[in-house]
Parts: sequence; structure tokens; C-alpha cells
Amino acid sequence: MLVLFLAAAPSVFDSFTLSQILTKALWLGIAAASLIFLSSYGGMISLGQTGIYAVAGFTMANLVHAANGRHLGWDPIAATAAGIAVATLFGLLCGAIAARSYGIYFLMLTLAISVIVFYFFAQVTTLSGYGGIRSVTPPALIGNPVANPAPLYYAALVASILVYAGIRYLARTPFGLVLQGIRDDPARMQALGFNVPLHRALAFGVGAFIASIAGILSVWYTTQISPGGVNLAQTINVLVIAVIGGLYRLEGAWIGAAVFSTIDNYSRLWMPNVGDWLGPDRFETVIGVIFLVIVLASPGGLVGIWESVWARRNRTRRGPTESSGTPAPETVDNDVDHHAAV
Amino acid sequence: MPSRVDLRMAPRILLGLLGAAVVAWIAYKGTQDSRLFWVVTLNGITLAALFFVVAAGFTLIFGLMRVVNMAHGSLYLLAGYIAFTLQGSWYGVSSNLLSGTQATVVSWVVPLVVATIAIGIVGVAMQQVFLRWNQGQDLRQALITIAISVILADQMVAHFGGIAEAIQQPAGWPQSVSLLGVHYGYFRLVVGVGAAVGVGALLFLVIKRTRFGMIIRAGVDDQSMVSALGVNIQVVFAGAFFIGALLAGLAGVLGGTMLAVQPGNDSAFLLDSLIVVIIGGMGSLGGAAIGSLALGLVSSYSNVYLSFGTTDLTNYSILLTFILVVAVLAVRPLGLFGRPA
Repeated sequence: MLVLFLAAAPSVFDSFTLSQILTKALWLGIAAASLIFLSSYGGMISLGQTGIYAVAGFTMANLVHAANGRHLGWDPIAATAAGIAVATLFGLLCGAIAARSYGIYFLMLTLAISVIVFYFFAQVTTLSGYGGIRSVTPPALIGNPVANPAPLYYAALVASILVYAGIRYLARTPFGLVLQGIRDDPARMQALGFNVPLHRALAFGVGAFIASIAGILSVWYTTQISPGGVNLAQTINVLVIAVIGGLYRLEGAWIGAAVFSTIDNYSRLWMPNVGDWLGPDRFETVIGVIFLVIVLASPGGLVGIWESVWARRNRTRRGPTESSGTPAPETVDNDVDHHAAV
Repeated sequence: MPSRVDLRMAPRILLGLLGAAVVAWIAYKGTQDSRLFWVVTLNGITLAALFFVVAAGFTLIFGLMRVVNMAHGSLYLLAGYIAFTLQGSWYGVSSNLLSGTQATVVSWVVPLVVATIAIGIVGVAMQQVFLRWNQGQDLRQALITIAISVILADQMVAHFGGIAEAIQQPAGWPQSVSLLGVHYGYFRLVVGVGAAVGVGALLFLVIKRTRFGMIIRAGVDDQSMVSALGVNIQVVFAGAFFIGALLAGLAGVLGGTMLAVQPGNDSAFLLDSLIVVIIGGMGSLGGAAIGSLALGLVSSYSNVYLSFGTTDLTNYSILLTFILVVAVLAVRPLGLFGRPA
């Protein structure tokens, strides 16, 4: 139902809403989905997704015709494939490095990776085009996203649906089940003979694949890529989106992204000026406050709030998972029950 | 039967060879121009001093309370801004030689003390309001401190602007000293390294020789036992957080004088703290010292010596930092002196 509605969206919404909010929500949602895939099914909260999508975006932007960068003149489709391949390989490498770290160490390590990628592109200006690569040529299918946002919207929508379905499918494969076992108890899985670091590295590679799709879409969306667009603030924004939506619910990725891009757009209009503290430019403060409130109040994010409201309406007593601080990760069995009308 | 080569040793052998190659290259370039070598080495050491002061606070807070304070970089930068503002508004110090007065020892030390203590108080307040009631939930606390760092970073841009400023060192102090045949900045070498050594020595004495330090060491090992023995662990936590934030503040004023006070420094120094404790091991002061030296020297050398003949690769210097982290983690997954939680 939702899919039909989204498919009809270009005829319902004006082109501004379409491009500024919906398309942005879709590709940001894919980026957040890569994070949520790792956290929900792998138990690994990674801040490295922005670094990986930066690699994909810069690789693709350097390969096609563009204003700066290497502009090697590749065909955009081939460049897209190359960008995704390079970023996935980089993701596998990072996964191999981080595979033996857990919890907070893993978070720190992936954060360090993202910031290092940022500094790399900021300093190696031959690859980042002295302040950004502009006028990146999208494939002929997409056309000019500024003039006609509909094709890019559909591309993002199709990609989002494929990513969502793909992750759900992967969760039911043997690989996915082993991964969830590792999430729940790595020591036991190791004792059962599974190669835990290998699985975690591979999972990170899958997350990198998803993140690289988001990176490519982001370059088509803005027709440019610059180090400033993949800095620490952006890394944290992706995390914020995932937390707002719900770190352990896959749908939360797109819900969080929709909330984020809506606030991003409308906050500049309605935000009152309170001295230096609030104002149209203080979007990051607003997002930070919302993020803080959600982490303090509802670790399950918006989807978690929705589910607890639904449960209270059904008068079902929840277990200890709702009252404790750390949210309960999804398991394959719960999927069947929790598909309430989204 | 052919003997099996242990493939797991391969990364370590590779890293050993890489390390030897790096040392050999630096030694070669160093003998070519020994003056430059000393300057670059001193750069590395003074940077390491700054990293140590920041990272010591970070690792102290983690070692005792298992809190990864992602707002540590924001505390660093806020201290710099507070000191800069105080220096300007209380004493009229300005970098503009025509309109402002020059800084004196008083007009540098007073803002330093005020800013450092203010940041210590901000740190404790943050801990009491946001972190005290959810102890043990590492990831959640990390997310909370990330949220706080986002809010602080944006508010600092709003209130202090986006251009780079610098805290003025006392005009009475010499600009440079002569050491080993080179002229080097007095402030960076004497005050910077001196502060780091002083902080290190003080922390060592407090932790190893005082009762408070003993309680901290016991708390690091077994929190609940310390509490059961009748020690008010909450007071200890607040005190340790105060010290940790104080160190971030001190580093902020030192860095603001040595380098600059500008947006972006918060994430830069957070990254540096993260790398130092990843290398040195969480919760270890000795590890923080070695980690800071490693990071400071690697950054400094790679900024200068990464050119081979005509190819200048110095803008790839960040890659060497990355390789350093990877190398340490390959050999010691928890850092050099890290212990598992």
C-alpha cells in the first residue's frame, strides 16, 4: 500500500517537496539502513558508513565527466559500478580491521575511519577537486535532477525497496542467521566452530555495499560531492537518523530520514530567533536536541514509540525490554508479528 | 612432510618490515638535513604533549566509568573560546596590535584558570544530569555525549563565530629558545611539553600515592566492590569526571595558544584522543603517553618526509596515521596496554 502511494508521489506532490524531502529521505534512508542492518542484525553500531559512501561517491565522481576531479570520462553506469565495487572492497578491509572489536571500541574505531576518510579527501585535493567535484554527470536514465526530479526519485525508490527486501531476505539466509547468532553471543558461536571475525567482516562488507548505493545516489542528488559533505557532522547525521527511526528496526531508517529531511527543510522557515541560541541556521542544534531527547526517552526511536503505543492499545503486557535502557534487537521470529500497518 | 608456515604471523612480519623501512627512511632523510629533522621531531613531541593532556582526561573517564565521552573535543574547544573571550573582554588583549593591549602573564594565566575550572564544572554537570542515572549502558551514554557534542559545536559557532582565533601568550615570555642548534617556539616547547610532563607526573602521583587515587584504581577494577566497601562511588565518579574535563580544558587553552581556536578543532582533537587511546589502550595513562608520542611523531614526520625524490606524497599523510592504528590493532586488538572490560 505504502509502495503504491510512494510510486504515485510525483503526481501528488509538487516538485520541490519531491526533490527536497522525498528523494533526500530515500537516499538518506538507504545510508541509515546500512547502519541499522549492522546494528540490528549484527549487533555492531558503526559510524563508518559515511566514510564508505564518501569513497563510493568520490570514486564515481572522479571517473565520469565533471567540473573538477580527474574527469576520466567513463560511462556513468560503469563508473557507478566501479564506485560501488571500490567502496565495498574498502568496507571489507575496514571490516577485517574492526572485526575483533566489539561494542564501544567498534564504535570508536569506525568513527576514526570515517574521520580519516574525510581528512584524506580534504587533503588529497587531486582526488577531491580542490573543494569539491561539481557538475557530475548522472546516467542518461536519470537526466538532470534539477530540471526533472522524477527519474531520480524513482531510482531512489526502487533502490530503497531493493535494499529493504534484500536485507530482509539476507536475514533469513544461513549467513544472516549466523550473523544474528554472533550478535547475540559471539563466544558461543565461536565455540560452535563459526569463524566469527570473518562473518563480521563480511557483514561489514554488505553494509558497505548498501552505504555505497546511498553514496552514489547522494552525488546524483546534489550533482556534486565535496569533503564538507562527508565530514563528521554528516557521519553523526546518519547516526541521528538511525536513532530517530529506531536503531533496531529496519523501517526506522526511512522514517528517521523522512523526519530529518522534513525538519531540515522547514526549520529554516519556522524557527524563531532566540538571541544567538536559536535561529534559522541552528538546524544542527535542533537535530541534536531531538536526538538527545530520543536517546534519553526512547531508545527504540520513533518506531519503538509507535510499537509501544500500539502494544498499550492492545493491552498486551510488554516484557522487560521496554523498561531497560538498551533496546531489544530484532530477531527473525519477531518479524512475523511486528508487521503492523506501516 | 613440508613444515606449515604459520600464516597468522604474516601480518606481523609485514608490519615489522614496514616499520623497519619507515625508520630507515627517516634516519636517511634525517642525516641529510639534521636541522630540519630536529624541528620536525620537536613538532612531533610538542604535538604529542598536547595530545597527552587531552587523551589523559578521556582515558581517565573511560577507565573508571566506562563512559566514552564524545563531547571531550567540544569541551576542549569551549575552553579555548572561553579563555579567548576572557582575555579579550577582561584585559583588552587583542591580536590586533593597533587597538588591543598585549597579553601579560596575569592576562594569560587568569583566563587559563577560569576556563579550565569552568570546563571542569561543565563536565561534572553533564555527568550528573545526563550520565549518572544510566551507568553501565555504554552505547547509550556514547550516543548521549555525541548529541551533546553536536549541540555544543553548533552553539559555539553561533556564539563565537567561524573564524580562527588565537589566545595570546604573555608578551614577556621569549618567542623562541635555542636547542640543539635550532630555534624553536618557546611556548610550544617549554610550556607545552612542561604542562604535559607536569600533568603526567601529577596524575601518576595522585593515582599511585593518594587515597583518592587508590579508590580510583580499585573502582577501575571492581566498581561494585568499592561501593560495597562503603565508599561513596558517586562522589568518586564526579571527582574523576571533573579531573577529566579539567584536563580537556587545560589542553584547550594550551592548544588555543599554540595552534588556534576554531570550529573543527573539536572533532580534530576528539579524533586524536580516540586514536591515542585506541593505540595506547583504554584506561591506561602509560598507554596514553605512548599513544600520544606515536601519533604526534607519525603525524609530524609524515607531513614532511613523505616525499620520495620528485613525488610529493605529503598530503597523503593521514594514511600513515590510519596505517599506524591498523598496525597496532593487528598486533594488540585492545591497544598496547588495554585490558578487556
